[in-house]
Amino acid sequence: MVTLKINGTEAVVAEGATVLEAARNAGIYIPSLCQHPKLTPFGGCRLCLVEIKGLPRPVTSCTTPVSEGMEVVTTSPTIERLRKTVLELILSDHPNDCMVCEQAGTCTLQELAYEYGIRENRFEGERRIYAKKDGNPFIERELEKCIMCGRCVKICDEVQGVEAIEFGYRGFDTKICTSFEDDLDCEFCGQCVSVCPTGALTGKLWSKQGRKMGVKEVDSTCPYCGTGCTITYHVKNNEIIRVTSNDDTPNEGLLCVKGRFAYKYVSSPDRLRTPLIKRDGLFFEAGWEEALGLIAERLQGIKAEHGPDAIAALSSARCTNEENYAFQKFIRAAVGTNNVDHCARL
Amino acid sequence: MEVIFIIGSNTKETHPVIANRMIKAFRKGAKIIVADPRKIPMVKFSELFMNMRPGTDIPLLNGLAHVIVKEGLQNEQFIAEKTEGYESWKKSLEVYTPEYVEKITGVPKEKIIKAARIYGGCRRAGIFYTMGITQHACGTDNVRAIANLAILTGNIGRESTGVNPLRGQNNVQGASDAACLPNVYPGYQRVDLPEVREKFEKAWGAKLSPMPGLTATEMMNAAIDGKIKAMYIMGENPVLTDPNMHHTVKALGNIDFVVVQDIFLSETAKLADVVLPAACAAEKDGTFSNTERRVQRVRKAVDPPGVAHDDLSIILDLAGRIEYDMQFSTPAGAFEEFGRLWPAIAGIDYHRIAHRGLQWPCPTKEHPGTEYLYKDGFPKGKVPFTVVSYTPPAEITSDDYPFVLTTGRNLFQYHSGTMTRRVVPIEEHAGTPYVEINPEDAGHLGISNHEFVKISSRRGELEVRARVTSNIPAGIVFMPMHYHEAAANILTNDVLDPVVKIPEYKVAAVAIKAV
Repeated sequence: MVTLKINGTEAVVAEGATVLEAARNAGIYIPSLCQHPKLTPFGGCRLCLVEIKGLPRPVTSCTTPVSEGMEVVTTSPTIERLRKTVLELILSDHPNDCMVCEQAGTCTLQELAYEYGIRENRFEGERRIYAKKDGNPFIERELEKCIMCGRCVKICDEVQGVEAIEFGYRGFDTKICTSFEDDLDCEFCGQCVSVCPTGALTGKLWSKQGRKMGVKEVDSTCPYCGTGCTITYHVKNNEIIRVTSNDDTPNEGLLCVKGRFAYKYVSSPDRLRTPLIKRDGLFFEAGWEEALGLIAERLQGIKAEHGPDAIAALSSARCTNEENYAFQKFIRAAVGTNNVDHCARL
Repeated sequence: MEVIFIIGSNTKETHPVIANRMIKAFRKGAKIIVADPRKIPMVKFSELFMNMRPGTDIPLLNGLAHVIVKEGLQNEQFIAEKTEGYESWKKSLEVYTPEYVEKITGVPKEKIIKAARIYGGCRRAGIFYTMGITQHACGTDNVRAIANLAILTGNIGRESTGVNPLRGQNNVQGASDAACLPNVYPGYQRVDLPEVREKFEKAWGAKLSPMPGLTATEMMNAAIDGKIKAMYIMGENPVLTDPNMHHTVKALGNIDFVVVQDIFLSETAKLADVVLPAACAAEKDGTFSNTERRVQRVRKAVDPPGVAHDDLSIILDLAGRIEYDMQFSTPAGAFEEFGRLWPAIAGIDYHRIAHRGLQWPCPTKEHPGTEYLYKDGFPKGKVPFTVVSYTPPAEITSDDYPFVLTTGRNLFQYHSGTMTRRVVPIEEHAGTPYVEINPEDAGHLGISNHEFVKISSRRGELEVRARVTSNIPAGIVFMPMHYHEAAANILTNDVLDPVVKIPEYKVAAVAIKAV
């Protein structure tokens, strides 16, 4: 363990921890855009600058490991002035379109601009404008909003192991590129979208569906594979408009393309809306009374005539524990047969 | 985990977030071994890739055990304290020399030896498998061969070890726990034991059948024989997911009265006499149990469409109509009753899992849940080594059907596609069925990428576009199961494992020609 002083208060952290981690551990806020707990440090955004006694100039706390007896100052007029300047430089080339940006309300950059009160910008100059070229159906990439924090590049490589994107070009022309600048063609897990601190990466399905206002968040479990990722449905007007996952879940906030982007089946026009009864090979809409009455009558009739074992039932690995419990109880106790199974063996 | 042995699991596509965790371990230095007929995406992170022929898991696993024993890498203490039958099992391994195993599996003997050294030389090694192991006529024996390897090295009952089957469906664990199985009551309590039956008869207030019921696959056969007069299907689509589709359709056609309760008019629902509209996962409350036995909350986010009801309400309504009292009226009530009858989840309630799920066994309200099993030994005391011998797949290639077809899922679609195929971006990106074929085979047959080919087996035929890729070896072709317009299960073999009645989806002999 290493003991250091942050803003005059002693803190003890594990060896190898960064100054930023030590500060956050002690509940001290340091702004940052590129640092992310899942990713290796980058030191790209320069917002987490701190002063360390004995060093001639401020250093990025996300890339500086702690050492014994270190004395750190996380905020001072000089540091705050530097941070504000860094932010102004980032914003000097950022579209001022928070009004219509999907990320408004959940944008770290917007929040920092608010915190530092940046309305007018001292820095004027050339702006990056890109021809839009992205044929993929999942991820919206607005490169003008990109601040080169590198989180997307790092999560795609370090966590997802896909390496679909990388920094391309140099200096002012630097941008996040796919191979040969083709359309994005990857696993579309959307991990990059989840860590983007601005509106540069969003879900195409999210467009104009709603942001924060009037949106209810409901925590649940993903309905696809057996991993059981914890997901959060974002709901507006009885419609799921977005799916996300928090970092403090068993799946550590990670999702796959199905969990994150395959939720529109819920509101598909193909959903069954009413019971159907087949007559002469054609389905006719029916009420619950009629449909359930018919089922009760037929099940009882077949049971009386052929015995309960002439009835078989398949339950579902898609349904809840409670529904499965009730279903097999119904088949065993009410119908009277053990002919109940589901797709575990399929 | 220091060693991750993946066999018969395309983890990166079928359990992507578990693959994330494996990659996290890989970044920290864990070694990954992959055994699969296809060069699956996880191979990118592997120390060693054993490109085995389909259906040769037993010789491969026995071959690894052979080398482990030969090189003295076994865990003598674990074997002495916790297992039985070691000596006679060891004898059965003698024939599985690396040379012999290479001949059957196609995996070079050097790789077999290297894999045995990596897995056998580590005491923090886990094995991960899915349907590539189980969906065979010898599926049960495949699993036993895996278990043998784990107990040979003592890689079980401790953190970062184990035999880890990755569950394919969101709640296949829970549906099994809740006993939608023909031979057991909730919590795997056998229906043929009188004292168990009495307990449930008392709890449920009804006389219960002492006869184990039919498995899903046996039900279809019984229907063909005219023994099933009514079938109630809640949330499954056997027409697409059962092997030998023509057989399934014929079986359902032979049943007098079929009820399907689902969220879409699936291929199976179209054959029903009555279809009931159900709420989907986002429209109801309850719990799912994931692959690590973690019971997690499902919460209602939106209302169901039209007059659709959640499945529980439908069952309760129907039970009332045939004058059976279910004794609960809410999901929480059902869960509570389930917990009263099965001590392993007695300590779990909705309040405790409000933020994060709990892993069973969790017998009391104070119990923290169980992250991994067998920490305090096996329930039986000692576990046996089981002699498993190689049996070739039920259907082997011939002049008429010279290719081996293996089936599975891809990353974008899910199972029979009822949900994902209705999601526009998924369909735009992965909406076309295909068969993967090796460039060499494609060359011989005059097939180019994206061209239609005709595939036939002894059970049926279909046309589908070719995806020419060297990720699959010559002689083997792969089809995803998701697409009704080119349903892989028209071709698959409905031969069953004799013990658990799982069909051999992973190996069927087929013929291919250009169209």
